Amino acid sequence: MTSDMKVKTQFRHVGTRPVRPDGLDKVTGRAQYGADRNLQGQVYGHIVRSPHAHARIKSIDFSAAEKLPGVVATMSAADLPEPGDRLIPGAEVEMKLKNVSPVIMARDKVLYHSQAVAAVAATSPRIAAEAAALVKVEYEVLPHVLDMHAALADDAPLLHEDNFTVGMDPPPEKPSNVSVYVAMAKGDVEQGFAEADIVLERTVTLPMCHQAYIEPHACVAKVDENGKVDIWCTTQGQFMVRVLTAEVTGIPQKDIKVTPSEIGGGFGGKTTVYIEPVAAVLAKKAGRPVKIVMSREEVFRASGPVSDSETRVKIGVKKDGTITAIDSDMLMNTGAYSASAMFAGVLFGTAPYKCENIRSIGREVLTNKPRVWAYRAPGAPQALTAVECVVNELAAELGMDPIDLRLQNAVEEGDIPLYGVPFQPVGLKECLEKVKEHPNYQVPLGPNQGRGVACAFWINAGMQSSASIHVAPDGGISVQTGNPDIGGSRASMALMAAEVLGVPVETVRPAVMDTDSIGYCDGTGGSRTTLATGGAVIQAAEKLVEELRRRAAASWQVDIEDVAWLDGKAVERCGIGIDELIEGSSPIKDGAKVLTLAELAATAGNTGGPLTAVASLHAHNAAPAFAVNACDVEVDPETGRTTVLRYTCAQDVGKAIHPAYVEGQLQGGAVQGIGWALNEEYLWDENGVLDNAGLLDYRIPVASDLPMIDTIIVEEPNIMHPFGVRGVGEAPICPPVPAVTTAVNNAAGILLYDLPLSPPKVLAAIDERD
Amino acid sequence: MSAPMKKCHVSATVNGEPREFLCEPTQVLSDILRNDLDLTGTKEGCTTGDCGACSVMLDGALVCSCLVLAAEVEGSEIETVEGVAKDGVLHPVQEKLLEHAALQCGICTPGIVVAAKALLEQNPDPSEEETRYWLAGNLCRCTGYDKIIRAVMDAGAAMRGE
Repeated sequence: MTSDMKVKTQFRHVGTRPVRPDGLDKVTGRAQYGADRNLQGQVYGHIVRSPHAHARIKSIDFSAAEKLPGVVATMSAADLPEPGDRLIPGAEVEMKLKNVSPVIMARDKVLYHSQAVAAVAATSPRIAAEAAALVKVEYEVLPHVLDMHAALADDAPLLHEDNFTVGMDPPPEKPSNVSVYVAMAKGDVEQGFAEADIVLERTVTLPMCHQAYIEPHACVAKVDENGKVDIWCTTQGQFMVRVLTAEVTGIPQKDIKVTPSEIGGGFGGKTTVYIEPVAAVLAKKAGRPVKIVMSREEVFRASGPVSDSETRVKIGVKKDGTITAIDSDMLMNTGAYSASAMFAGVLFGTAPYKCENIRSIGREVLTNKPRVWAYRAPGAPQALTAVECVVNELAAELGMDPIDLRLQNAVEEGDIPLYGVPFQPVGLKECLEKVKEHPNYQVPLGPNQGRGVACAFWINAGMQSSASIHVAPDGGISVQTGNPDIGGSRASMALMAAEVLGVPVETVRPAVMDTDSIGYCDGTGGSRTTLATGGAVIQAAEKLVEELRRRAAASWQVDIEDVAWLDGKAVERCGIGIDELIEGSSPIKDGAKVLTLAELAATAGNTGGPLTAVASLHAHNAAPAFAVNACDVEVDPETGRTTVLRYTCAQDVGKAIHPAYVEGQLQGGAVQGIGWALNEEYLWDENGVLDNAGLLDYRIPVASDLPMIDTIIVEEPNIMHPFGVRGVGEAPICPPVPAVTTAVNNAAGILLYDLPLSPPKVLAAIDERD
Repeated sequence: MSAPMKKCHVSATVNGEPREFLCEPTQVLSDILRNDLDLTGTKEGCTTGDCGACSVMLDGALVCSCLVLAAEVEGSEIETVEGVAKDGVLHPVQEKLLEHAALQCGICTPGIVVAAKALLEQNPDPSEEETRYWLAGNLCRCTGYDKIIRAVMDAGAAMRGE
């Protein structure tokens, strides 16, 4: 992307807060989510799951199940191609098929409790469930390992006998449960610690948790007589479903069409597939559409939760507050197959700080837990939490305000983080200053109350997007993209199109298309949709404006350069500069010809045919997000329960296209982080069975747990994006975990870094303190 | 193998209209609403009564329809989210949720609409705390509840003519 790009700073529509175009359907119950569609002749799939955390599959016998009246098809991994060492082509990140396929259907071995081993389809959900119970699977139970340290032991049960740690030099000679090793460094950490006046080292552990989207995975698939597959499902990416279903089943992508439903939350958890390939195979075998809806229990047990982690961080600081060295060593649990975001944690955990001397190491560990998957800024909270908690302790030891210590060390333009790309202008310092000035930060604390602060960095993704725009004969605008709208992105697309076209936002009808009806789009994830898909919308709208000017020029028989596009109208320039017209410094000349969009649309048939424009891009213009949170809590010394009293989040978002949905991202991320810090964790029994596979015992924050979440939008424009957009959605979950942790420790006078800081643990720490 | 269950015949008033359906004795109301009566606005996030996405009014009481046996609603009056907007006019709760951008993915929204309407019918001027406790059974994973609470309280103000 060119550095001389002109970033727009004056907007007419962008930055306003119109009602979202899909809003009416969502408040009236009309919007169709994954489980809301039924097809003619449909039958119901049910998945048979492993009762063991680690076992060899000796045989699968369908005979009893197949005898049950109403059963129409059965399947197992025998119906899927052998994955071998194949890499999945065109996937958003490099993935080995052998790490994906067995999550859909186990082959030879099961590596976690509730892993899918077979499936049945029957004429009712009840019969399907009964049939699933009649599938006889014979297992040879193997010893399992759940804890990362136990998995690292020399005599630990091996999950994969062919797993030789990637990233070691020299490569290991023996297989182990370490799937990936990463070591990054800059400067000289030993020298940095030698220069420090205070050095502090802490180990911080985060529990395995779940994205806990409220809508379980759901899909319905049909296969026609020519083998063409039609899938309707809830997903963060219909093109991702197409490629993964193709790879897992062997059905070519050209024969698969995927239509995304409305999506009931994902947070990264719906950037992969669990049931769509199963439904496709069952539908092909049954010759009837197959619907599969996961239960909440299945979602907890068998979709991809979030890595638990152990991060040891050592930081050196001079008396004047200069951070001289950061040394970080992280263990991250990936569950049964390599899929964690450990690399992101290693790279990004130290990014807010100027520090010259950094070493960051990570090991990804295999255990007999479900294969983990992405959750909002994947990998970052596990690393940042440890860094931020230590920075807070150092500030206390130095007698400095924790925001002042951060201001002194905060990165700015030109600084080079561990991942090597120099920062362009970033808004970290402004976020810190705004939080420090906020009234919440001035409130005096009472007994048993504590304050915590944290900052965070997230990289944000660009990737590939497509958009098309069509003009109806009356000037109505339809904007089409291929990104499921998970949090208001239709509203953002409409605003950006309206901005370029100069039309009221209400005349823009945004739509999310199926895989046959729009160019390729990477998924709704990586905080990329507004930046990249929005970028495609802006480009398509700009192309359309050029076409509209060309049509007007042709009908006036003037050069296209003599036509300006102003407020949704083609205007004859009559020698006045385009910039002067757009800025309004020179008025339109009396008698200048004008054609409105509606007039141009009505006559399009005579001027060259329908008005339409398409754009596609591979966005390399993403810019990072920085966020700062401050949190006050009160801890009840009798029960160990924490109440969040006030909460402030600031984030540099570049440009807030629809500020209300930007605030919503900050608020939602903050509350997810509060949940992770205080309550949420997977609890296991000794057999590797999840003890809390429901929303009663896996308790996410509820309305009565929380105060209002105050937001501060900072807009330091991304100089590589035409509207200055950065990504927004992921960074908000990073700072709350350390901010809350520090606040609780300060409130209770304890030093507890074994998260979540649930009441029993806090109470035990208080007792120990006394 | 269980014997095929004989279905129960049930008549009830749903969103003001007389409806009839056949259900197995074990089927829950949310299942029947969604899959037999085509009222898919009622969502199923857990089917254990923990998430509130299936909230409906049953004879004037706010219930999780996943915890109600369908066979037990004979003669009852049921209102689902589809019945909240009347004659093409949104209820103030629906208006205010939109105005405040109080939904992101929207899967919890139908349950919030039904529950919040019930709150305001019973308590026209709820405090923030009362609103938060009333909605504590309606899980939302996207918004952090801030905008939802503001929208519901604002809907109360609108209904009071403020």
